[in-house]
Amino acid sequence: MAKTEYVLELNGITKVFPGVKALNDVYFKLRPGEIHALMGENGAGKSTFIKVITGVYSPDGGEMYLDGEKVEFRHPTDAQKRGIAAIYQHVTCYPDLSVTENIFMGHEKVQRGTGRISWKEMHEEAGRLLKELGAAFSPKTVMGALSVAEQQIVEIAKALSVDAKIIIMDEPTAALTKNESEELYRITERLRDKGAAIIFISHRFEDMYRLASKVTVFRDAKYIGTWNVDEISNHDLIIAMVGREISQLFPKKDALLGDELLRLDSLGRTGYFADVSFTLRRGEILGLTGLVGAGRTEVCQTLFGIEKPDKGRIHYKGKPLQLRNPRDAMRHGIGYLPEDRQKQGLVLQWGIGRNVSLPTLEKFAVQGAINSRKELETAKSLAEKVNVKAKSVFDLVSSLSGGNQQKVVFAKLLNAELDVLILDEPTKGVDVGAKSAIYEMISDLACSGYGVIFVSSEMPEIIGMCDRVAVMREGRITAMLDREGLTQEAILSASMDGATGEEASA
Amino acid sequence: MKSVTQPAVQNAGNAGAGARQERISVSAMIAKFRELGLLAFIILMSLGVQLRNPSFLTWENINDIATNTAILAILSVGMMLVIITRGIDLSIGATLALSGMVAAFTVKQMPDMHPLLVLAIGIGVGLLCGMVLGVLVAWVNILPIIATLGMMNVFRGLTFETSGGKWVSAHQMPASFKEIATGSLLGINNLIAIAIVIYIAAYYFVSYTRTGRRIYAIGSNPDSAVISGIRTGRILWLVYTVMGGLAGLAGVLWVSKFASAQGDTASGYELSVIAACVLGGVSIAGGVGKISGIILGSILLGILNNAMPMINVSPFWQMFIQGSIILIAVLINAMVKRGLDRNNLMRRKI
Amino acid sequence: MEPRVIASKKEFTLKGLFLQWEWLLVLLMMAVFILNMNLSEYFLDYNNLRDATMGFLDKAFIVLPMVFIILMGDIDISVGSIVALSSVIMADLYNHGVPMELAVVICLAVGALCGWINGMLIVRFKELSSVIVTLATMIIYRGIAYILLEDQASGNFPSWFKFLGWDYVGGIPFILIAFALAVAIFAYLLHKTTFGRKVYAIGNNPTAALYSGVRVDRIKVIVFTLAGLMAAVTALFLTSRMGSTRPNIATGYELEVIAMVVLGGVSTAGGKGRMIGAILAVFLIGFLRYGLGLVNVSAQSLLIILGLLLIVAVAIPQLKMRVGAGRKTT
Repeated sequence: MAKTEYVLELNGITKVFPGVKALNDVYFKLRPGEIHALMGENGAGKSTFIKVITGVYSPDGGEMYLDGEKVEFRHPTDAQKRGIAAIYQHVTCYPDLSVTENIFMGHEKVQRGTGRISWKEMHEEAGRLLKELGAAFSPKTVMGALSVAEQQIVEIAKALSVDAKIIIMDEPTAALTKNESEELYRITERLRDKGAAIIFISHRFEDMYRLASKVTVFRDAKYIGTWNVDEISNHDLIIAMVGREISQLFPKKDALLGDELLRLDSLGRTGYFADVSFTLRRGEILGLTGLVGAGRTEVCQTLFGIEKPDKGRIHYKGKPLQLRNPRDAMRHGIGYLPEDRQKQGLVLQWGIGRNVSLPTLEKFAVQGAINSRKELETAKSLAEKVNVKAKSVFDLVSSLSGGNQQKVVFAKLLNAELDVLILDEPTKGVDVGAKSAIYEMISDLACSGYGVIFVSSEMPEIIGMCDRVAVMREGRITAMLDREGLTQEAILSASMDGATGEEASA
Repeated sequence: MKSVTQPAVQNAGNAGAGARQERISVSAMIAKFRELGLLAFIILMSLGVQLRNPSFLTWENINDIATNTAILAILSVGMMLVIITRGIDLSIGATLALSGMVAAFTVKQMPDMHPLLVLAIGIGVGLLCGMVLGVLVAWVNILPIIATLGMMNVFRGLTFETSGGKWVSAHQMPASFKEIATGSLLGINNLIAIAIVIYIAAYYFVSYTRTGRRIYAIGSNPDSAVISGIRTGRILWLVYTVMGGLAGLAGVLWVSKFASAQGDTASGYELSVIAACVLGGVSIAGGVGKISGIILGSILLGILNNAMPMINVSPFWQMFIQGSIILIAVLINAMVKRGLDRNNLMRRKI
Repeated sequence: MEPRVIASKKEFTLKGLFLQWEWLLVLLMMAVFILNMNLSEYFLDYNNLRDATMGFLDKAFIVLPMVFIILMGDIDISVGSIVALSSVIMADLYNHGVPMELAVVICLAVGALCGWINGMLIVRFKELSSVIVTLATMIIYRGIAYILLEDQASGNFPSWFKFLGWDYVGGIPFILIAFALAVAIFAYLLHKTTFGRKVYAIGNNPTAALYSGVRVDRIKVIVFTLAGLMAAVTALFLTSRMGSTRPNIATGYELEVIAMVVLGGVSTAGGKGRMIGAILAVFLIGFLRYGLGLVNVSAQSLLIILGLLLIVAVAIPQLKMRVGAGRKTT
């Protein structure tokens, strides 16, 4: 192939995992000195895409070109050697090692000839990088002692340390406040000006408008298109990402609000959240949003008895409530749909039937002995009710698509006698069709008298579905918005603004 | 949140936090000054034993303790590496016995063999054992506990097979062989000298080589290690091989020192080694462990083993005490870790 | 969308019936029988085989709860020590004037207590694995046995106590009957009850089990306590069989028990395996041992065979998985 204007080019990349196509024939082209936004909803295949570029996964189909030369990475070091660095969404650090080591792991500085690690040089270099990034901690600090934002800075320093030609940033702003995001934008632009090509993954529009010149959209593991940022309207971009007009998506019905179910009085857990107070009524959908790491999931887990609060009280149906474990919570009538359905929600090696019956096994048992016919019949009717695409209740849940897996988790909750449903990112990694089915289900559930806590970082669904919205920032509720006052701007400013600048360095 | 006025609840919370801070700093202190604490404990214990039995701190006895501790300390190095990768090796007692037995048999047949060659044979047998284990753990993906439990029996069985159930006793060994343990180098007993050399090498290895640091990385976060491009399998294999080699070396030293090789040599010795490691602060959860820690852990255990008979503790208590030491040490390690984690949480601004 | 119909009955396939680990064990069992028959003419004799079970079934009682433990992704290497400790305490108490009946009850209680302690330590200190906890208690329990009995043997039990290990009921060894009963209980518990289902859930995905309202900690403590209890049952039969006890009895039982469980097809990664496999493995190893014993294969060679058997049993599924995965990605 002749000389090309692209530093990175991917043609028809496909990656298959057992039961799912994580990437289906996708294309991507990157010019030097360009910031290229990669957008798509959760589960669109962005993370898999990065892991293909960085050599963590090898693709099952398609080609990859670096500077016009065809490459096949067998190992992450192959990609590193070619100047590709990635900053991952979930910080991938070594908590027991120092910041310096975290930065240089895999490409340590060594004396020529002897191979002896030059700690002095590494510490100095790390210190210089951290200073450049405006960080106030020493490179000798143990990684585990840093906050998430601080760890993110280390991740960036890691990419800087290799002088990468291509830098991939996977949702780097997801956990950052406004000031921290600004700082990140500044750094990103400086990297670009030095000639690096940057792939910036985000589902926040501000990030894209502020930084990128090109945008590529993936949806349901497929390539949708590439545009110049100034040539595509916000509206069209949303349709590209979501697949249809937003307004058609949300079947929000007006539910009659009933009695108060839940009341939190300045609930707190050391290091995670503090002073969290809100109420939930029957028929209500209460949104809980904010940045990743703002403490939403931790609040939910405390309400479900997984962790215990250090401060404050929970009142449930007018009585004080103390939960010892999730089973306790479910017995009282509080159910939780966890954020990570594969790790927390399902036993992947099991069929649909066993998964559905697990939380309510006692219902199918006499003196502890399971009546399997009753169990399977109930599972069947529940699976049909939530419309799981499957042939039989013995189908392994690992073979189902994300959306169908999520429906199975819903079915688990439906069989228990619950009053409060806590749904943590229920549409994460779910295709558009299943998404609207899930919205409809949530709306119906609220109408039938459940109180629903709906946790999400996706702005449209929060605005489309909720009666009230609590916005969290750094472990506290910063705004409680009614349906009337619910705008993107209001939520954003409550989740990102604030006097955080001087504290970030403190 | 300094600028924001806080309600009373928050102040109460701060008071509580203050009280907790006190307790937390204790765990932070333990973590920071673990080595000093161990050292102080060793000194205090020695003084206490000395009061009960004046022959404890005699030159002869100290020398005895040192040579005994040397073998334990050598093995601790390998075990530390294994535990740092989140593994465990229960087979080293058997590996030690097997290589000791092979070495003893060799010198019995060929009394003129150079001691260095005998050492090489022992180390070779150990390396071989370690390599096999390494393959099983690193590439066949067998849990270390299962793999080492299984191979422990294989190695032990082979030891009996090699000897045909008999001993190799002192009079069957040439003097040159026994001198491996009793001789000295520059005035230092060979065993101690070897241990010192190994510790210097190990210190350099874990602090100044890439491979050494990557052992820690694997233990600290195996998933990240893959993303960083670390070849996890190779390093795991290497760690078990090194452990095997050290056990082989220790086998020759052991047989030379005690001038006898038996089928059940060093049976259960792996437990002492694990105890020395956890005492020295090596974390069972992986990723943490210092050379200075395991030196002190080994010395403490060595002194304890020596001192107990001297102050008339029944030998039948030894096992119980050793088990309790392991349990208490890992529990303390866990609590310290919890305290540190909690400390980090308190530091977060909310 | 039109409502979908989902089947609730399992399709029968021949593949599903025959592609099971247990068939491999049956084949192996046949191989063992053929091998032993060729090695010794005394092997295939009803009375001999029947009496052989009396020699190896004692530790099989621990196999039953160990299936649960390994299914949960845990391990217990202290069981051999629990056998020793409960046996030694029983003998010591009896020889200090405690009635044998009471001593037997205390033996069982001690076993259960040891198991309970293991379980509590494991759930209270989640950062420690069951490996290190039971490693430590393994030393401690046997250590206590040594403190109590030093290097002495203790015995002189009343004559009725010999019944457990030596007698027959209707021509069948009592231990075999007791074992059959225990198997029935444990198999029922594992395969038919909510408890067993939850154990499988924990083994496959402890987090999902917790989030589904399974009291993971409670179940773990119960299972470890059961393991201790069954170790004490083993202690009863073993002590009765030997007529006296020492602190070093049942050394290495943990290896044999774990080998039987994994050979029985229970995955050390947790969540996969059945009781029937482990039971087959008990008899497989038992008869192998017995047959090789008839032709005077040494105890040491048996160690080697056992160790290799354990390794091979865990290696096969791993390698199979690897080959399968390799085919998918390339």
